[in-house]
Amino acid sequence: MADVTASDGALRRFLHGLPGVDAVGLEARAAALGTRSIKTTAKAYAIDLAISMIDLTTLEGADTPGKVRALCAKGVNPDPTDRGAPKVAAICVYPDMVGTAKAALGDSGIHVASVATAFPSGRAGMPVKLADTTEAVAAGADEIDMVIDRGAFLSGRYLSVFEEIQQVKAACRRADGSAAHLKVIFETGELSTYDNVRRASWLAMLAGADFIKTSTGKVAVNATPPVTLLMLEAVRDFRDAVGVRVGVKPAGGIRTTKDAIKYLVMVNETLGEEWLTGEWFRFGASSLLNDLLMQRQKLSTGRYSGPDYVTVD
Amino acid sequence: MTFAYAPAPESRSVVDIAPSYGLFIDGEFTEAAGAKVFKTVSPASEEVLSEVAHAAAEDVDRAVRAARKAFEKWSALPGAERAKYLFRIARIIQERSRELAVLETLDNGKPIRESRDSDLPLVAAHFFYYAGWADKLPYAGFGADPRPLGVAGQVIPWNFPLLMLAWKIAPALAAGNTVVLKPAETTPLSALFFADICRQAGLPKGVVNIITGDGSTGAELVTHPGVDKVAFTGSTEVGKAIARTVAGTDKKLTLELGGKAANIVFDDAPVDQAVEGIVNGIFFNQGHVCCAGSRLLVQESVADEILDALKRRMSTLRVGDPLDKNTDIGAINSPEQLARIRELADAGEAEGAERWAPSCELPSTGYWFAPTLFTGVTQAHRIAREEIFGPVLSVLTFRTPAEAVEKANNTPYGLSAGVWTEKGSRILWMADKLRAGIVWANTFNKFDPASPFGGYKESGFGREGGRHGLEAYLNVG
Amino acid sequence: MSADRLSVLKTYKLYVGGKFPRSESGRVYEVTDSKGDWLANAPLSSRKDARDAVVAARKAFGGWSGATAYNRGQVLYRVAEMLEGRRDQFVSEVAEAEGLSKAKATAQVDAAVDRWVWYAGWSDKVAQIAGSANPVAGPFFNLSTPEPTGVVAVLAPQDSSFLGLVSVLAPAIVTGNTAVVVASEKSPLPALSLAEVLATSDVPGGVVNVLSGRTGEIAAPLAAHQDVNAIDLAGAGPELAKELEASAADNLKRVLRPRPADWSADPGTERLLAFLETKTVWHPMGA
Repeated sequence: MADVTASDGALRRFLHGLPGVDAVGLEARAAALGTRSIKTTAKAYAIDLAISMIDLTTLEGADTPGKVRALCAKGVNPDPTDRGAPKVAAICVYPDMVGTAKAALGDSGIHVASVATAFPSGRAGMPVKLADTTEAVAAGADEIDMVIDRGAFLSGRYLSVFEEIQQVKAACRRADGSAAHLKVIFETGELSTYDNVRRASWLAMLAGADFIKTSTGKVAVNATPPVTLLMLEAVRDFRDAVGVRVGVKPAGGIRTTKDAIKYLVMVNETLGEEWLTGEWFRFGASSLLNDLLMQRQKLSTGRYSGPDYVTVD
Repeated sequence: MTFAYAPAPESRSVVDIAPSYGLFIDGEFTEAAGAKVFKTVSPASEEVLSEVAHAAAEDVDRAVRAARKAFEKWSALPGAERAKYLFRIARIIQERSRELAVLETLDNGKPIRESRDSDLPLVAAHFFYYAGWADKLPYAGFGADPRPLGVAGQVIPWNFPLLMLAWKIAPALAAGNTVVLKPAETTPLSALFFADICRQAGLPKGVVNIITGDGSTGAELVTHPGVDKVAFTGSTEVGKAIARTVAGTDKKLTLELGGKAANIVFDDAPVDQAVEGIVNGIFFNQGHVCCAGSRLLVQESVADEILDALKRRMSTLRVGDPLDKNTDIGAINSPEQLARIRELADAGEAEGAERWAPSCELPSTGYWFAPTLFTGVTQAHRIAREEIFGPVLSVLTFRTPAEAVEKANNTPYGLSAGVWTEKGSRILWMADKLRAGIVWANTFNKFDPASPFGGYKESGFGREGGRHGLEAYLNVG
Repeated sequence: MSADRLSVLKTYKLYVGGKFPRSESGRVYEVTDSKGDWLANAPLSSRKDARDAVVAARKAFGGWSGATAYNRGQVLYRVAEMLEGRRDQFVSEVAEAEGLSKAKATAQVDAAVDRWVWYAGWSDKVAQIAGSANPVAGPFFNLSTPEPTGVVAVLAPQDSSFLGLVSVLAPAIVTGNTAVVVASEKSPLPALSLAEVLATSDVPGGVVNVLSGRTGEIAAPLAAHQDVNAIDLAGAGPELAKELEASAADNLKRVLRPRPADWSADPGTERLLAFLETKTVWHPMGA
């Protein structure tokens, strides 16, 4: 596939040669998968799986080390009344909080993910974006969630977006030769069309993304089932064409167990069992965790739970 | 541990099926003259659901006379009053939709997902739509004072029992006719429940009469001299027989018959949605759909890619208990239909086409057929020419748009067609050339009460649905 | 109920954006029955109330016009169901307002409910009588479809406080327009009560906004408003109508002139078609 990224023109021809997406059909398929009825044992399995896929996130101007430490504690032990509850996949923070999170998580096995590249807008020069990334990696980030330059993408400068991803990928490398995992955020709410989402998916995967991620959570439209389904399909087709596996992370707006299970059904029926692990599928979320925990309590006790029985962090 | 969906059965307790049913004539359930009955069976379990009266000639006569008697007052009612009856029926159907969906799934074998999300919403919508026409007939484009025809004799099939009832009864009543309707022998129950809905709506006696029986009952109905209008949905063979019997009478006739639709996929199609459309086109309702996209015509340049994707998608179809909310493909409606599907599929193999089906475990009781596709099919094969009316897809290829049109039209049928391409001008060019009553572009099997449905050639004549659907029940001469 | 029990009176309010505000003016005016006896105080709307109502109607337009015709039909049919449930209330309000016997008022209200049903049924049919496939001389698909014009200011008839009101409001909104209704000046109470029905049915807030007060005072800013697309002058006298029509010319509002009307007669399709735009789409046909 190297020749398709040889020039701006070649990359454009390739991306615009991908099959089109019929919006009505895509949305209908996502809605149909949303009608799957996941009950009893399957529901218990799905809830624990969803918890273990969460990138528990705080990305606020008001974040402090105290807030981040509290979130880390929750990530390790989500349900104080049930130590059997699975831990989350990662804690997702701004770069300056990586050190705090890393220390708080210790050897829990939970990753620290850091947003980077002038998140959420991505409006900064390349040196700033790379410095943002290297700082986070140096502080111990296991995963980097970068944003693409949507302005460049929408104005058709695909090669520029491609090269930015490659450079950030290079900045993810550590001195020992290992590398932080790179998640590439499209901000699908700003890309606006499904055709653009498919093109962005291929572009990022060609550039070396380990994960493709829908959104920052900072704009009006974040992850939706159709957009995520489309990205899962792109990952499936990329695997078939190139033989490389890529993960998917919907982020923003997923707040209920019911929603989370719909996403798991989409993964199950599009990519299959292989992707049903925190290694290949993540939820970027914060309030989702408590709803999952309340549903989990309901399954084990038979009573509906309430917000007083989960923690506020 | 895997993400295996646990059983999610819809509760049967929402529907209360009586051990036996009579005929609904003149607002009351009565026994058939000969006291003859037949059993209706759940095709998924072979369980007997109920015993139903078999209407004989004199019962048909009684029903037609009841309809005739009711016609005078019903047709003289102001349209606004007829409209309100139909609105009531629509609302009661909405209220009782869960019950009716479960009933339909039990009697027919279709997945609850479809009866719940497709059949029942369309049934209610159809009554709503035609309710609105009842007081607007002078605006429908059939003259200033269009008149009803009289008594309509209506015979419907087993694939969408309640929906086909709605397609027949709603426009007939809106236009001021009264009806005698015969549901299919294997799926009589939802029509009998509809009789109860008429009771709840306070519909005057005799406006709707439901008689149950087999083909002989249907033949008595369509030949009855008191019937002014015959509407039939079913096989082309029976349709032709009916056309012969009404020859020389004043009976107005509309027929909605078989099909062998081409679903045409070009190389610039939106692939994932096209694959969904192919699956929906042939496996919706177990392929028991007259407008099913049973011939896939795929452009040679993308045939392998599309077939790989199609097979992958077919492998995720869930076949089994129709009452399970996660079932995609339910039971074949009857042993007779299953035998016909098997016979044609075997003929496909014998004639040299290559048969493929995903591995799927079929239940041990009931009537089942795995979703199946045949590749290497040509226009000469029986499976490319005859309507299978089951979950069997025949795949053919083409090279150019002109060849696609030629192959698509190369059938005595002409009910529907599908076109998949991102190029708008090609869609419209194809639509212009295709000899079919419905052309779906980048979608398939879409139905709406506002949209006319019906075929060219041996797929029948007349349209159901939309403004056009009124014409079948009005004296427009 | 004992005969000497003191009844609880209703405070009549405006209906704007799905809420029930008092008039921004803080003023009310006295509404009397046909004999001149006091019935209630109704809000006296100001030009700012008119402005707020237009903003609400504009905001609701996208959602309401974008809903499927089937959905709009269902929503409007639901209104008829709710009206039927409040039949007695409307009968007494209409009887008092118009000085009618109970039987005559009942006939008015029943006709109004049936009229609402008649228009509800038009939602998914109007395109089928007002649209067309056009056989142009060339390889083109050519289709004309009606679309709602936008925000419609409706001056309700002065003499028929409920049947007349329904007869002008329902046809404007069924096709997807949103409306600012100025109630009958002398008899605004049925209109203000209709707002309560709309608020408890499924009609989205802002689709219908109801103002009471001096028709001339409220109508002037509506007729001149640059974000109003059409105006139905049913409730305006000849002088006022002429003035408003001239004012409406500023942004070329679609204008329906007032004329003597028998509100109990078959309404036909005039009002239904008055506030529609026709859009024609061309597309080539070629392989």
